[in-house]
Amino acid sequence: MNPFRTLESPIVTLPRANIDTDQIIPARFLTTTTREGLGQHAFHDWRYDEQGAPRPEFVLNRPEHRDARILVAGRNFGCGSSREHAPWALLDAGIRVVISSEIADIFRNNALKNGLLPIVLPEAVVDTLLAQPGLRLQVDVAKRRVYWPDGEHVSFPLDAFAQTCLLEGVDELGYLLAQQDAIATFERQRPGGHRHAA
Amino acid sequence: MSTPRTLFDKLWDAHCVREESDRAPAILYIDLHLLHEVTSPQAFAELAARGLKVRRSERHKATLDHSTPTTPADATGGRAYITPQAEAQVEALRTNCAAQGIELFDWDSGKRGIVHVVGPELGLTQPGMTIVCGDSHTATHGAFGALAFGIGSSEVGHVMATQCLLQRKPKTLAITVDGRLPAGCSAKDLILHIIGRIGVAGGTGHVIEYRGAAIEALSMEERMTVCNMSIEAGARAGLIAVDATTIEWLRGRERVPQGEAFDAAARAWREWRSDDGARFDAEVRIDARDVRPTLTWGTHPGQVVAVDATLPKAAPDTVGALSYMGFEGGAALAGQPVDVVFVGSCTNGRLSDLREMAAVLRGHRVHPRVRMLVVPGSDAVKREAEAEGIDRLVREAGAEWREPGCSMCIAMNGDTVKPGQLAVSTSNRNFEGRQGKGARTVLASPASAAAAAIAGCIADPRPYASTPAIAEEATA
Repeated sequence: MNPFRTLESPIVTLPRANIDTDQIIPARFLTTTTREGLGQHAFHDWRYDEQGAPRPEFVLNRPEHRDARILVAGRNFGCGSSREHAPWALLDAGIRVVISSEIADIFRNNALKNGLLPIVLPEAVVDTLLAQPGLRLQVDVAKRRVYWPDGEHVSFPLDAFAQTCLLEGVDELGYLLAQQDAIATFERQRPGGHRHAA
Repeated sequence: MSTPRTLFDKLWDAHCVREESDRAPAILYIDLHLLHEVTSPQAFAELAARGLKVRRSERHKATLDHSTPTTPADATGGRAYITPQAEAQVEALRTNCAAQGIELFDWDSGKRGIVHVVGPELGLTQPGMTIVCGDSHTATHGAFGALAFGIGSSEVGHVMATQCLLQRKPKTLAITVDGRLPAGCSAKDLILHIIGRIGVAGGTGHVIEYRGAAIEALSMEERMTVCNMSIEAGARAGLIAVDATTIEWLRGRERVPQGEAFDAAARAWREWRSDDGARFDAEVRIDARDVRPTLTWGTHPGQVVAVDATLPKAAPDTVGALSYMGFEGGAALAGQPVDVVFVGSCTNGRLSDLREMAAVLRGHRVHPRVRMLVVPGSDAVKREAEAEGIDRLVREAGAEWREPGCSMCIAMNGDTVKPGQLAVSTSNRNFEGRQGKGARTVLASPASAAAAAIAGCIADPRPYASTPAIAEEATA
């Protein structure tokens, strides 16, 4: 995972609540055995018509949003299925930050493990952003702040551990593997030891 | 006296290898990890890339369910996978399990089925466990007093390599359901009613404990249906305390201790319940007597309506869903023409669900407009249903009787609803396109699904069969 310290980008907006992971990546694209190449299917059923042609009116198809790395969406983004293919698809489509007033638990966890930053801001702030597609924002992970072009900023909550992982580009598995001794001790000390309860 | 603890607190404390701090999440030990073909290949690849082995292979069990065809194998054993890629995914799980020493409930095992049906019916799922799976409906197993939640593929790799996950401690939400469900209402109606009340994000950041007289009166299958849909309210896990119903359901199952060892285990399992006076971070009370046969009308599981009520009027937060569904605000839901009926899934694909459906379907035929698909949740469910003649009843009514799998719930195996068609489905998600591009989904109980199949439109199941108890008698 590459370190993620700051990012400046115009925003692309999806002003809908409850965007579920079936919209982000429909299930029929989940038969893959790799994590690559899912970006072409991100928001597939909104992006393409029945014949598979891009819908020109859909925001992610508009040329002016081609360089957007920050997606701003309505509340409860990423609800539904646990598929990690959702953050993989967004990252592959160029998105590095998702901003919403509420982000579903599993999606948030999956996103952070892949260097996709989920940012929760107050609904009023998100509503303002949703009305300004193309606005350039700067995200500072170390300061946990989002900056407007005029220097105004808001802070966002970010777990200290997740912040360190993002800033240093390390993943959780390395951290867990370093805890093998504590895990082995736990297994020995449990009633029944490490055997399966069955 | 120690502070009274919730069931969740007890489960959490018993599995904390290391408590959380400001700087780092807790390290939570995982007793049982269930795998399927869709969310595991990338995790196996990660382990291979790092040269890692599965730490405790006996704590990992795999099945095939999501990408698998539900039509029978041909004479040569060939199966009609939707794409070569889907078959390759199944083959990858086979190869990966063999290489890592993980038991796989394969095609010919007689134990294959939907991961959340197989775990409990084999007795792999036991009270007091932590259980994870790369599938958000892992919440199902919480019905047994186990802390069970869905994870992503990265975490699938973590638990394979270390038997642990890094977790921040969630909050607790008690949903107390007083009274008893009215006749003709099922667990599916109850959970849809609850999600309608608290909303699709009402449980975000929380683990739900379902409690109260109406919950205690539910069978284990019904409790699983309730816990299964916790994620549709945003909660990663749902819990129900262990009681005599739990113990008796588990007795004699293949992977639980047998004989005296079972009684000893059962005594310990009885402790998996919240202490009197335990405090929850949030509480909601529901009166079971308010529940009626409940269906969804929109494009998320919180958009529900009783079968005899009218749809909400068009408003900023309903107009999009009404438009997608092709419904007029303020109209009746009952009477809307139906094209497809699906009975199955980890929510409602168990024997009791098939009996509930059969009790309504018995003596009727599927409406000529309707294609009805019945998909048992596992090999065992299929065998038991066939022993009761449910397969014949289904076929003679004009419906299709299929091989076990997730099928039309996630619609990635070729079992799909066509664009624009309206499906009444016993599954768990009515998101846009969930059952196929452009498909319109109405979530319902098995009884409501069967009633819709007969009537050819959304219909009240109560005139057909009054209670699930009667349904069981009718098929016994």
